[in-house]
Parts: sequence; C-alpha cells; structure tokens
Amino acid sequence: MRISTFFYCLRQGFQNITRNKLFSLASIGTICASIFLLGLFYSIIVNFSHIVKEAETTVGITIFFDEDISYDEAKMEEIAGEISQRPEVEKMVFISADEAWNYFKDEYFDGRTELAEGFAQDNPLAASASYEIYLNHVEDQTEFVRYLEEIPGIRKINYSEIAVRGLTSVNKIISYVSVAIVAVLIFVAVFLITNTIGLSISVRREEIQIMRLIGATKFFVRQPFIVEGILIGLIGAAIPLAVIYYIYENLVRYAADRLQLLSGLFVFLPVGQIMAVLIPMALGLGVGIGFFGSVFSVRKHLKA
Amino acid sequence: MITLEDVSKTYETGSRAIRDISLHIRQGEFVFIVGNSGSGKSTLIKLLLKELEPSSGSIVVDGLDITKMKRKKIPMYRRNIGVVFQDFRLLKDRSVYENVAFAQRVVAAPSRQIRRRVPEILNMVGLAGKYKSYPRQLSGGEQQRVAIARALVNQPAILLADEPTGNLDPENSWEIMKLLEEINRQGTTVIVVTHNREIVDQMQKRVIAMKSGKIVSDEEKGGYTHED
Ligand SMILES: Nc1ncnc2c1ncn2[C@@H]1O[C@H](COP(=O)(O)OP(=O)(O)O)[C@@H](O)[C@H]1O
Ligand SMILES: [Mg+2]
Repeated sequence: MRISTFFYCLRQGFQNITRNKLFSLASIGTICASIFLLGLFYSIIVNFSHIVKEAETTVGITIFFDEDISYDEAKMEEIAGEISQRPEVEKMVFISADEAWNYFKDEYFDGRTELAEGFAQDNPLAASASYEIYLNHVEDQTEFVRYLEEIPGIRKINYSEIAVRGLTSVNKIISYVSVAIVAVLIFVAVFLITNTIGLSISVRREEIQIMRLIGATKFFVRQPFIVEGILIGLIGAAIPLAVIYYIYENLVRYAADRLQLLSGLFVFLPVGQIMAVLIPMALGLGVGIGFFGSVFSVRKHLKA
Repeated sequence: MITLEDVSKTYETGSRAIRDISLHIRQGEFVFIVGNSGSGKSTLIKLLLKELEPSSGSIVVDGLDITKMKRKKIPMYRRNIGVVFQDFRLLKDRSVYENVAFAQRVVAAPSRQIRRRVPEILNMVGLAGKYKSYPRQLSGGEQQRVAIARALVNQPAILLADEPTGNLDPENSWEIMKLLEEINRQGTTVIVVTHNREIVDQMQKRVIAMKSGKIVSDEEKGGYTHED
C-alpha cells in the first residue's frame, strides 16, 4: 500500500470518529471503563500476591516440645530432622530457651535490664526451646499443622490460621471476580464498537457506493472503519492508563507518608513495575477490542 | 468494445427488466439509449457496471466476459468505466477538488499524479476557478461537471451516463452534452441514457430505443423516434 493511501485511510478513520461523536464517545467510555477496571484489579491482585509472597516468608509455625524433651537437644533435633524432610518445608530455625528468654526480656522490659535481674539464675522460659518452621507456600499450612499434631513429643503448635486463610482466599476471590467483570465489560465494549462502526458505515453508505463504482477494492472500502475501531480502542486504553498511573502513584506516596505503621506488612509495588505490565496489556486489549469490533461490523454491514 | 448476447435480467420481484437483448458497441462510439421510464435503461447500465448479474446471456467488455468475472476482479474492471448519474452523487462534505481527487485516491494514485491531473481535468470541464467550492454552492450544471470530472480523472475507456441532464435546464443540458461529445472526440466510448428529445434529434448520433426491456430500434445518426 502507498504511504499516501495509508495516510488517507488514517485521516478517514479520524474523521469517522468526529463525525458520529456520541457513539464514538459511548464506545470509548466503555473501553475506558473495562480497561480501568482491568488496571484496578490487576494492581490489587498483583499487590495482594506480593503481600502473600511476603507473608509466606514471614508467617511461620512455631512448635514447642513436651517438657521432658525440651531439655534434650538430641531428641529435639531428631524430631526436627524428620519434619524438615517434608517437601512443604522451606526452612527451620531453632530457638533455644535462652534465646527465647533474651528476646522476651528485650520486648517485655524494654531494655530496663535491672527488672529482669531477678530471673537471672532461673530462666522462666526454661521449657520453651522451639523451632520456627517456614513453609514454601502458605496455602499448605492447615494441612501441615494437622501433620504436626500427629507427631508425639510436640506440646504446642503456634500459627496464625486466620491470616493465612484470609490472604489466599481473598486473592482467589478477587481474581475470579475481576476476570468475570472484565470479561463482561470486554464483551459489552466489542458490542458497542460494532454498533458505532455500524452507524459510521450507514452514515457513509452513499460514499461507499460511489467508491465501489469508481473501483475501490474491498480492502480500501473497509480500511477506514478498521482504523476507526482501532483508534477508538487506543483512546479508550490510553485514558484509563493515565488515570491509573496518576492514582496509583499518589496512593503509593500517601501510603508511604501516612501509613508507616502498616508499611512493614503493606508494601505497594512501585508504579513502574505495575505499568510495565499494564501498558502493553491495556493497549493490546484496546486495539484488540477495536479491531475485532470493527471487523465484526464491517463483515455484517459491508458484505460485498 | 461492448458486446451483449441474449442478455436477460429478471429481478427477484419477477420484474423482467431486460428481455433477450443482443447489442454491439464499437470502441470510440457515441450512443444514446432512449425509452420510456421503466423500459430497462438503468438496468442495462447496471449490468455493464457489474452492479447486477444478468439472469442469462453474456456481456463481453474489452474482450472479457464480465458475467464470468471473479468478484476480486470487479474493482479493476470498474476503473476502466466512468459513470455519471442524474443526481450527481457528489460527496457533500468535500470540495470540488476533493470530490475529483477522491476517485484518484480510491485507485491509490500517487499524490504527485493527483496534484497534476485533478486541476487538469477541472480545467477541461470548465471548473478550474471553483475547485474550492462545495457542491451546495454550485448550480446543477456545475455539479454535473464535477461528477463528469470525477468519472474521467482515472482515464476510463468507457463513460456511462444515466440521464445526466435529467435535473438540468435546457441550457445546462446542452453544455453537458457538448462536454460529453468533446470527451468522445478525445477517444472515450460514451453511452448516454436520456429523455431529452431535442438533444437526441439534433446531435445525430447512434440511437438505441428500448421498450419493455427490448431494443425496438437501433439507428446510426438517428432521432428520438419512439413514442413517449
Ligand atoms: N431493484 C429492482 N428490483 C425490482 N425491480 C426493479 C428494480 N429496479 C428496476 N426494477 C424494474 O425493472 C424495470 C426496468 O427499470 P429500469 O431499468 O430502472 O428502467 P428505466 O431506467 O428505463 O426507467 C422496471 O419495471 C422497474 O420497476
Ligand atoms: Mg432509469
């Protein structure tokens, strides 16, 4: 195709959009909405997954032993060795009774060591030697705790069940809901684009008829409408991308300033990392919606 | 140049618009087609443009049987035929220049050629001064000149005109006919459907008269003989 023909088609596509503004705006609006929600859901899911990942490295299970074993390091090591054979286990950390006491002392007496003096000879946590067990995946935790409960010699198992269940199931629900909503919106967007292009074609019926009589190829007749669809898709994708970028960046900054308390648990991924995936995904989707919507329409309205 | 053999066209409605017509038109001829409204003149033009398929018979144009032509070849075939209608069919939102250039863009002509040929052809139809005007700012005669310029800018071998003066006053009608005659003189085969008795009588060209889908007379240097 000639460059001049290409630019002519491009110009015609632009003119189509401005010629039936209302329908074009409706189409652009729906694509904006679907891609905005896509971006929103994507940001939430990715951040949530990130939190879950973080949780997987910090959330652990702590096991304590029966009193008679708690003074017998060899016996404790034997049990721990057996547990560490399990494939779910990422790593295990031994915390001796003394370490536990030192840690507790610091936390509880807040550095005022004189208050702890009285216990100097007699560790109140003498039977508190423990293992912290870190798993590869948090989802496995419930199952794994059930296994630990069967092992003789273990007195107590500490773990935070609610947090784990919450994190994984919330993430799953968000994923499913967002896939469903975005799918519905994409469907609506394709439908609307098909109608917009249909209108554009009907407005230009006479022109198309003339083009055909002059000897325009099928390709030349259809091109401006495909261009129109793709442009609508691109505009519909670019707007929500800009909005998401703006909101996300400000949210990250706000969170960093105001929510420092939570910052340990709640770390937003940097905006660049989100946009690196979101930009190609949204533009691809916008172009795809526009392309297929206009192709459907052209097939339907311009048979010959 | 154009040969029709036993061509019939029956519309889906059952209307028999063309009945068993055979006809030969040589290269460079100027032919009038006359006849009552409903006698099948426009249907004949549409068959030549391959807008319609004949129900039977063959149509050979430039050695090519267009009834057997593949769909993909239709655009290329049409580029060799210019066409003009009673209602001009100009693009109302575009200037005279753009209306004519449109035909060149459709056939993907290079822009340098467009810039050279459009003014040339506008000059020939006598509208060089009005290239910036829009169709609504022009008289009927001027609009038809634009339509003729558009039909000719791709240099077709054949020009079809379906009642080109139907909407024009006598003076403008004459000017359009003179223009078509000039175009014919420069080598284009011209086929004109018309109701204009005076013009047909005076121009002394070949006249094909149709009635109820049949050719009832075909005379060289003829007149408007049939009854209206
Ligand atoms: N699209 C159509 N569908 C059905 N009948 C048609 C159609 N076009 C024309 N006709 C009929 O075919 C006959 C010839 O019409 P047409 O070729 O337009 O005649 P003319 O141009 O000589 O006035 C008429 O009887 C008309 O009613
Ligand atoms: Mg007619």
